[in-house]
Amino acid sequence: MPEPVKVPEISNADRDRLAQTGIDLSLQNRCGSYLQMDQDIVHSECSEQGIEVLSYKKAMEKYDWLKDYAWKVVSPEKDDITKYVAAQKDPKGYVIIAHKGTNNIFPIQACLFLGREQIQHVHNIIIAEEGAELHIISGCASGEKVGHGAAHYGISEFYIGKNAKISFTMIHNWSENIEVYPRSASVVEEGGVFLSNYVCMQPVKKIQMYPTATLKGENSVARFSSVVIAPEGSYMDLGSRAVLEGKGSSAELVTRAITKGGTIISRGHIAGKTAGTRGHLECKGLILRDGVIYAIPEIEGSVVGTELSHEAAVGKLAREEIEYLMSRGLDEDEATATIIRGFLDVKIFGLPEALQKQIDASIDEAEKSGF
Amino acid sequence: MLEIEDLHVKVGDKEVLHDINLHIGEGETHVLLGPNGSGKTTLLMTIMGYSQYVITEGKILFKGEDVTKMKAHERAKRGVGMLFQRPPTISGLKLGKLLTAISRTKSENIPELAQSLNMDKFLNRDINKGFSGGEIKRSEVLQLTIQNPDFIMLDEPESGVDIENISLIGNAIGSLLEKDKRIVKRQKSGLVITHTGYILDYLETDRGHVMCDGQIKCHGNPREIMKDIKARGYRECLECRNP
Repeated sequence: MPEPVKVPEISNADRDRLAQTGIDLSLQNRCGSYLQMDQDIVHSECSEQGIEVLSYKKAMEKYDWLKDYAWKVVSPEKDDITKYVAAQKDPKGYVIIAHKGTNNIFPIQACLFLGREQIQHVHNIIIAEEGAELHIISGCASGEKVGHGAAHYGISEFYIGKNAKISFTMIHNWSENIEVYPRSASVVEEGGVFLSNYVCMQPVKKIQMYPTATLKGENSVARFSSVVIAPEGSYMDLGSRAVLEGKGSSAELVTRAITKGGTIISRGHIAGKTAGTRGHLECKGLILRDGVIYAIPEIEGSVVGTELSHEAAVGKLAREEIEYLMSRGLDEDEATATIIRGFLDVKIFGLPEALQKQIDASIDEAEKSGF
Repeated sequence: MLEIEDLHVKVGDKEVLHDINLHIGEGETHVLLGPNGSGKTTLLMTIMGYSQYVITEGKILFKGEDVTKMKAHERAKRGVGMLFQRPPTISGLKLGKLLTAISRTKSENIPELAQSLNMDKFLNRDINKGFSGGEIKRSEVLQLTIQNPDFIMLDEPESGVDIENISLIGNAIGSLLEKDKRIVKRQKSGLVITHTGYILDYLETDRGHVMCDGQIKCHGNPREIMKDIKARGYRECLECRNP
């Protein structure tokens, strides 16, 4: 049994906020952990043989070859966010390496906690070497007392080797004062699988991200799933992009978005550049209170033999469905919450049960308050 | 059990039910017949409490209590239940989850009940998504079995059901309505809409009513009415009341 992490100055309320993102400070059922509070790296270890969880700085000192993985799929010149992070003299963040053929049964947790008004910056590199399987849950939260002006800049570069698999489940629990700018990209080699899941049930001032997966290898696969709720005051500009380069590669981009007065821009782009590739994009939106859901699905085929499709729908709760459940004895609020919970239910093929449960639990938590 | 007095119902701006009077006693099952569009389903949805059906005059008494202004869930809690002909598909909502929500206060053995209706493999499926006609009806009967209402409305329980399933569904409905009990001990009541009358082979009914143009135009022995309709169609059946 691993020793629980001693986190300085964290209140019980903040501990609960972290728990909602899947972060377990007792470290049970986790094979490794990286914890960063503001700019302090509190904990970084992994008990699994062949899998390393290192701080960015230590990793760079330890492995010279890592230079070839830093700023390769995300350009430091991309925008002001990447420029800011690239200019840091004391870079923060983590590097996770699953060496050839390793497999973590229990996920690794990466916790990024913002407790003060400032910019938290991280640069992460995640590598699954040939045949390795790596499951990561990334919980990001802010302290209950963080005021205006705080922001999180996160660069993540993923490398999925031949026949390797990475699942990356990110659960956010920020607050209405915080701006979040993840910048991430991945490259998937032959037979590799990349699953990227994003859940945000809580308010955030602004989030903007557009992760890209380049499916370089033959028969490589990427699946992006996002489940988000935007209350009034939240501005979420979310997207995901898959570039199908390898023969037989495929991608699926699925979004469930609910606005309760906030703005959600749901972008998606699949580019089919090789014959025998397939891609599907799906965005379903529900407007519970006047707000904005702006779905921009793009499919771009440029060769014979690529098959791409998309479906997008924005609507309201069906009265007929609510009354059907009411006729079974559920009151109107229960019926409404039950239908919303169903709407948000996305089962992710290939995701370990423990992580699917974590996603479900995070949505269930929102259901308890009636969404 | 159920008393409807001088009921007038509007959908949108249009009155669709006119001056309905109906009395169903404890332990009785009635059958409601009538051509398509005559208002049979409208009457059932109104009794269930669907908000689209606005009662403009008259009242509905259930077990002596005026439920006219109550919402569907309040009526359901008092013991009104309905088997829908075309229930909605609800994406992501698993049948098993809904059954758990319905059974909250009861200690029903959901897997066992599901198995008895050949629905055990459907508990983890989205409600009605890709269900066949028979599967929809079995899911409805399963929900009602757990809900266990005292008054059950059945909207064409045999529609879309193949021969093999009709006896399964017919018998399950029979047991919901306590048809296996002696008449004096029977406490459950029912109101069945049927087009074909097949369901009546599994369900003895006590009284029949014929609806046309939003009115109940004729009452009588259900088998006799059915026989008459089968022989002569609805036109003549109605003409007998509107010479």
